[in-house]
Amino acid sequence: MSTTISSDRTEVPAITGGLGEPVLRPDGGAKVDGSFEFSSDRSIEGELWAMTLRSPHPRARLLSIDTSAASALPGVASVISAVDVPGINGFGLIASDQPVFAVDEVRFVGEPVAAVAASDPETCARAIELIVVTYEILQPLLDAEQAIDGSFGSIHPDGNVIRHQRIVRGDEDLVGEITVEGTYEIGMQDQAFLGLEAAVAVPDDDGAGVELLVATQWLHEDRRQIAACLGLEEDRVRLTLGGVGGAFGGREDISLQVHVSLLALVTGRPVRAAYSRAESFIGHVHRHPATIWMRHHADRDGTLRKVEARFVLDGGAYASTSSAVLINAVTHAQGPYRCENAVVDGYAVRTNHLPCGAMRGFGVVQACFAHERQMDRLAVACGVDPVEIRVLNAMETGDRLITGQRVENVAPVARCIRETMALPMPEPDVGDHVLALPGGAGLTADGSVVRGVGMAVSIKNLMYSEGFDDYSTARCVVRDGRVLLKFATAEVGQGFVTIAMQIARTELGLPEVLFEPIDTGVGSAGSTSASRQTWMSGGAVVEACRGVVGQILDVVAADRGLQREDLRIEGEWITDLGVPVVAVSEAVSERSFEHTAEYHHPETEELDERGQGDCHTAFAFTAHRAVVDVDPDLGLLRVVQIATAQDVGRALNPLSVVGQIEGGVAQGLGLAVMEEIIQTDGVIRNASFTDYLIPTIADMPPVVMSLIEEPDPRAPLGAKGVGEPPCISVTPAIVAAVDDALRRAGRQIAPLTRVPIRPQDIALASPDGSTATLGS
Amino acid sequence: MRRVESECSLTVNGVEHAVSGLHPGESLLDALRERCGLRGSKGACEEGECGSCTVLVDGQAVCSCLTLAASVSGCSIVTVEGVGSSGGADLQEAFLRAGAVQCGFCTPGLIVAADALLSRNPHPSLNEVREGLAGNLCRCTGYGRIVEAVLDTAEQRRSQR
Repeated sequence: MSTTISSDRTEVPAITGGLGEPVLRPDGGAKVDGSFEFSSDRSIEGELWAMTLRSPHPRARLLSIDTSAASALPGVASVISAVDVPGINGFGLIASDQPVFAVDEVRFVGEPVAAVAASDPETCARAIELIVVTYEILQPLLDAEQAIDGSFGSIHPDGNVIRHQRIVRGDEDLVGEITVEGTYEIGMQDQAFLGLEAAVAVPDDDGAGVELLVATQWLHEDRRQIAACLGLEEDRVRLTLGGVGGAFGGREDISLQVHVSLLALVTGRPVRAAYSRAESFIGHVHRHPATIWMRHHADRDGTLRKVEARFVLDGGAYASTSSAVLINAVTHAQGPYRCENAVVDGYAVRTNHLPCGAMRGFGVVQACFAHERQMDRLAVACGVDPVEIRVLNAMETGDRLITGQRVENVAPVARCIRETMALPMPEPDVGDHVLALPGGAGLTADGSVVRGVGMAVSIKNLMYSEGFDDYSTARCVVRDGRVLLKFATAEVGQGFVTIAMQIARTELGLPEVLFEPIDTGVGSAGSTSASRQTWMSGGAVVEACRGVVGQILDVVAADRGLQREDLRIEGEWITDLGVPVVAVSEAVSERSFEHTAEYHHPETEELDERGQGDCHTAFAFTAHRAVVDVDPDLGLLRVVQIATAQDVGRALNPLSVVGQIEGGVAQGLGLAVMEEIIQTDGVIRNASFTDYLIPTIADMPPVVMSLIEEPDPRAPLGAKGVGEPPCISVTPAIVAAVDDALRRAGRQIAPLTRVPIRPQDIALASPDGSTATLGS
Repeated sequence: MRRVESECSLTVNGVEHAVSGLHPGESLLDALRERCGLRGSKGACEEGECGSCTVLVDGQAVCSCLTLAASVSGCSIVTVEGVGSSGGADLQEAFLRAGAVQCGFCTPGLIVAADALLSRNPHPSLNEVREGLAGNLCRCTGYGRIVEAVLDTAEQRRSQR
């Protein structure tokens, strides 16, 4: 800024409710009084209900579908299957490899085979039972290694390896003075958003278009895929964001969108659908279960010299975002540490398990668990404190990833570690409340509880990678003294609407900010994922507002004969060389202004065959410390406290940042100690909240935190995305704390290598790292 | 257990709703949402695990997904839509101020459950709040702000006495 400030400048107060303040959500009032409309709350006069028939087999040949009895049931309006798909019977975020309805073969338990529209849900359910499908059961591919080694025939025309990526950097043959290795396992986690999938589709009067209200993460990408499946031009498919009850990656793919839209077109009536929890578990993608081998090479003092790794990600039956998840995993193998040499191999493969795709921290969650467990092993092997070995190797701005990419962002890794460790340890528990014991009342042997402490650190890429231009669009209108913002950014609960409101107030100096509906009536915003919306859509709102600011200042300069370049908006005033001349509200009172802007991040590139290239856009860093109480005999544990310091760039809304951190910690804690989708022979065993556990309020410890605010000059507002970073290194930190507790308890066991930790992993662990088998 | 009838009357937030054509076994949640037009109560698990559907029946917090609609005919039912006008407006405000709301899907059930908790225990300790709300799942917030909202409300009410 080169603006000269005149000596008679008066201090102009900042606008209330602008950037940096803990502004409350504009949708919050409706959410606390029950009037906020979620996608499942919309009903339309004359609507039909829809329901989906799904495969009971992980792999089978589809021989015939007889819908005659279902169609004849009174109240049934339509029964559709693959033959009724007018466009391409395939969808997917990266490859269109997943059929709307199965043809010839089903590839996972839960794959849609047919769908029904009827007068009410009960009639739908009866009709579903009347559809007769004959299958020839085939042997499923359930072992990811078999997908790689070619010993199992192809289960999909696109083959069994979705993507293979190798990274080779520096001296491939280097052997460190110290080497440590291990194999790590991450279970399949579910996003478990509370608001189940729901949508309402309304056909156009001419029957050649459809309007869809749906809870999703990316309206325009949904539209692209839906239009292709329906055989319609994209402008004949219009989407509006229904109220979204959480997402976390699980709404980035198509679930019921095409089914309800097609049923609306076929029946000529509005069609509404809502998944049950059981259907939701099989109806959206999950976090990839992974097996990761790593070998770290270091000097005797702990200086990291080389990382070797092999990643195997089970992508399930269809590709979804597996290739992006794989790239995130392999390119983050070194963690937030300097490392010049690497040999990394990664596979994302197809099996007959449930399809996997995006979930908060995609790919990096898996990589971080492995590299942080390795850093703990390395610390032991080098005789260095686990905190100090991380500080010793901590990445700084300008250091390179194993892809050769230089980290250009602010990179306060050592500071994250130091500030995390400086946070206060938990207060002693008051009294003997049962919630203070692992497992709660009556489940813990007296006196055997041991406390442990562990820590871990992460690096997470922000925005999309590998040459993808995931731009965002926003329109700013100023009329009647108010700001009206329009964008297609999916508000999924993270609070983008709050940030957008704050941006507009600060940029324009007008307190009243309203929103147009979030729909496809404006350009794409990209996905609400990859921690990208504050940066990308925030950037678009900034640009749109600044376009309007320019117009306002032009008018004021012309009206008042002032030098345009001397004018600015400060607080709620237009200032001339820092001196207030007119309130913004007054300057705009008789006029209207409008500007639409697109925000693009700098270009990235694809990796070459040696895995080299500037494939990522930006990075954020976080450290976590966990304090855990463990009952070694019963294998029960309680997380007592989480401490974290996070590199947020700038906290645009401190209240929202705290919410993202606490919520992210809860999901990382869930992965560490309880959350896993169990499949046996390709069949999910726990598709309910009775059997798939997520943390309750009683499971969640206090989170103490430090926000590290070093504004990133590359970010439009200096702010980094804060959505994913909090859920990544908390998982290995908790596991390290359990290890520490077991060491203190005198247990001679190998480090824990899998999440979630099960009771038997603790109670039945042995020195060689194996777990005794339960039962026989 | 009362006999399940296809017609009944539900008194919700002080208003009587004549409900006809109930399916046998229809839950109170479905009746509230689809027949009374009160969609504030949410369904997220259909088996009493998540608490999103929590309502008060004669002052007691219950999962409306597990309650037969016909079995509460004649009872006083309070849903999230009625909490504000029956003394819980400060609690709703506290949720908003504390940042206890993100996606908001769990919020109606939590508001009702917290309202019931504060009715039976106006001065809960931290652990009593955690115990009292352990039946309500939230996937966004990690619960920290929710605890704060409930404790703040109790504190505010105490200071206003």
